[in-house]
Amino acid sequence: MVPFLQDNVIYRGVYCWLGGNEGNAQWCGRDGLLPGGYEWVAYFVAGLTIMLILVNGALLGAAVFVWAERRLLARFQARRGPNRWGPWGILQPIADLVKLLIKEDIIPTAADRIAFTLVPIIMLMSLLLSLAVLPFARNTYLANLNIGVLYIVAVSSMTTIAIFMAGWASANKFAMFGAMRGVAMLISYEIPLILSLVGVVLIAGSMSLVSVVEAQYLPFILVQPLGALVFMLGITAELNRTPFDILEAESEIVAGYHTEYSGIKFALIQAAEMAGVLAASGFLATLFLGGWSGPFLSTQLGALWFLMKLSFFVFLFIWIRATFPRLRIDQIMAFAWKFLLPLAMINFLATAVQVYFFGFYHGDVPGEITRNEQWVMAAINVPLAVASIAAFGHFAREGIRVPAVRLESIVPTPRVAEVD
Amino acid sequence: MPIRTEPVTINIGPQHPSTHGVLRLRVTFDGEVIVDVEPIFGYLHRGSEKLAEERNYVQVLTLTDRLDYVASMTNNQAYCLAVEKLMGVEVPERAQYLRVMTAELQRMASHLVAAGFLLQDLGALATPLMYCFRFREKILDLFEMLCGARITVSYMRPGGVFADAPEDFWPALDRLMGEAPELLGELEQLLMENEIVLVRTKNVGVLPLDMAIAYSISGPVLRASGLPWDWRKADPYDVYDRMQFDIPIGDRGDNYDRFRVRIEEVKQSMRIVSQCVEQMPPGPIRTKLPLVLRPPAGAEAYGRVEAPKGELGFYMVSDGSIAPYRCKIRSPSLINLTVLKELLVGWKLADMIVTLGSIDINMGEVDR
Repeated sequence: MVPFLQDNVIYRGVYCWLGGNEGNAQWCGRDGLLPGGYEWVAYFVAGLTIMLILVNGALLGAAVFVWAERRLLARFQARRGPNRWGPWGILQPIADLVKLLIKEDIIPTAADRIAFTLVPIIMLMSLLLSLAVLPFARNTYLANLNIGVLYIVAVSSMTTIAIFMAGWASANKFAMFGAMRGVAMLISYEIPLILSLVGVVLIAGSMSLVSVVEAQYLPFILVQPLGALVFMLGITAELNRTPFDILEAESEIVAGYHTEYSGIKFALIQAAEMAGVLAASGFLATLFLGGWSGPFLSTQLGALWFLMKLSFFVFLFIWIRATFPRLRIDQIMAFAWKFLLPLAMINFLATAVQVYFFGFYHGDVPGEITRNEQWVMAAINVPLAVASIAAFGHFAREGIRVPAVRLESIVPTPRVAEVD
Repeated sequence: MPIRTEPVTINIGPQHPSTHGVLRLRVTFDGEVIVDVEPIFGYLHRGSEKLAEERNYVQVLTLTDRLDYVASMTNNQAYCLAVEKLMGVEVPERAQYLRVMTAELQRMASHLVAAGFLLQDLGALATPLMYCFRFREKILDLFEMLCGARITVSYMRPGGVFADAPEDFWPALDRLMGEAPELLGELEQLLMENEIVLVRTKNVGVLPLDMAIAYSISGPVLRASGLPWDWRKADPYDVYDRMQFDIPIGDRGDNYDRFRVRIEEVKQSMRIVSQCVEQMPPGPIRTKLPLVLRPPAGAEAYGRVEAPKGELGFYMVSDGSIAPYRCKIRSPSLINLTVLKELLVGWKLADMIVTLGSIDINMGEVDR
């Protein structure tokens, strides 16, 4: 019964405590509390325990992240930030949440009630689902899917649908603006994002995140510098953060797609966004910085290493947010198609050729890329990254600099577009 | 299946995060592109011109504070110049220097607010705004030392200024002048060469010089279009004729030029302030005037200054009573706002917000 979960320490503990060696689970080595024939209860309870830990962990992480972001942003902006409620204001997110909980939950009259209500659920769900494959430490994950990377991409792109639902269901023009911008931008950024991950998968020889971590004799940020850069920028866009936050650009379209949301629905959307940053940092740490492996004691201190790497990326995200202004929509699209996509293609091609030479003409263990070969790849890929960023950065800068062409002689009459 | 698309009309404002007050723009969009703009204002109308007819000449001064509340010193100055012309009084030299000095400090504060909000509109999450406000805060502290108020100062009075600067004002001013280049340098370093700021503002919202003149645009917006026109040079009032300063101009008249001209003007204002401190003569700060002013009947006067936002003028008519018969305010924000449609049609929504920010309007002055 669901064999991949048996790797999980907590799941195994709960399952064996209740169900024991009954039924299909012959790996416990002891008898459980429940009589025979009731192992489905053990399976159910163990699954719920994992879910409870994961969901609450993600939401608590989001709360801590909200606090950290507000404090750090305040530091960047030469002010103090929340410091009233709890030591260093650490309970501020709880106060915010209580405030949002007791607010009236408004659904606009013209809104599509079902779609409107589903949006926060879908947003949070896609986020929590994507956390299922994230290895937090050695043998600490919900599922070691053999298509982990594909799964992340598939699940997290559900957010796009939720954003469009929010814009459409709100019956608000600002929300519609945000949703249209969001769909255009998020779909564009998916492509370089996925292409940048192909290099990682090629080197690791597997899509499982655990295998990716185990394949990193060097952190892949050295072996795949271009891939890491494209993924970092792409994920910033996917998270709707500055400089790509046109979906909810408060100075332009008020709050974008979630303009009409209030109360707990707003809190859930915010939680999904904030926990999304944590998840993205986790994936960056796992895919490009070696996940739970550290310089020493990777087995015992895996969670600590992972947390440190995650915090590094979280800080990077906050730093970017505090520093950069926002790009215009056409510039954002130009950036994706003229800069990120070519870089991702170059990275993909270079990695494919390297893996072909190192992986398959390699003696005893075909397919595995050894530590020395990764050093060689890093020595090739880092200069390649610098050169291609310099080249395409120049082109992209010219491409983005082309002024938003002012459309002369606009006729404000309705148009009819033919769509198949 | 044919899908009908049609332009969307959106009311941006009066409650919108970035319309700089209660300005309402009825904007028609074709997708993201602006097809039509109609500014609607009057949400902050307090009838200042009419109220002025009910108050005596000193009381009207407090109304001027509330026109452009980001730059109340220059409002005071324009009004006092008008009243002094009406009465035919001379202002003591020290008072004139104090006026020029505070007006230039106010110009720095106002331009910093404009620059900060422009970058806020660009989407730079409050960081540049906070940097600008940190600088402005120090200037407002100085105003507090001078007259006890920070925003609605009422510092200048017909015939001079309200009070001489206290003893500890001068060291505080020196400290600010010492810190200012560093604070400004930090801001410039963060923003003037930021690639995103450049691509967002260069060549966007271009205002050609002939159009600027045709719309009687004034202030930094005009100078960014390339005309070195500044009332401080063209018709020097107070002691501006003794000051050495340059008029920064732009070459294209786009959003970036308007932004840069303001930053350069802050530097020129710093020059003027330090010259004022050097040349500050001793002496009285106010001409003795009766408590209730009665200008001669039929007298007319127009006092104008180069306010941070452009030419601010007060046209006063007296009928010999204690209150003005008519007080017409030529507010630069309102007149600069008229060109908005020309600047916006054909650009995108994001450019609209930035262009509006770069014109630097203040609704207190637009609606009066």
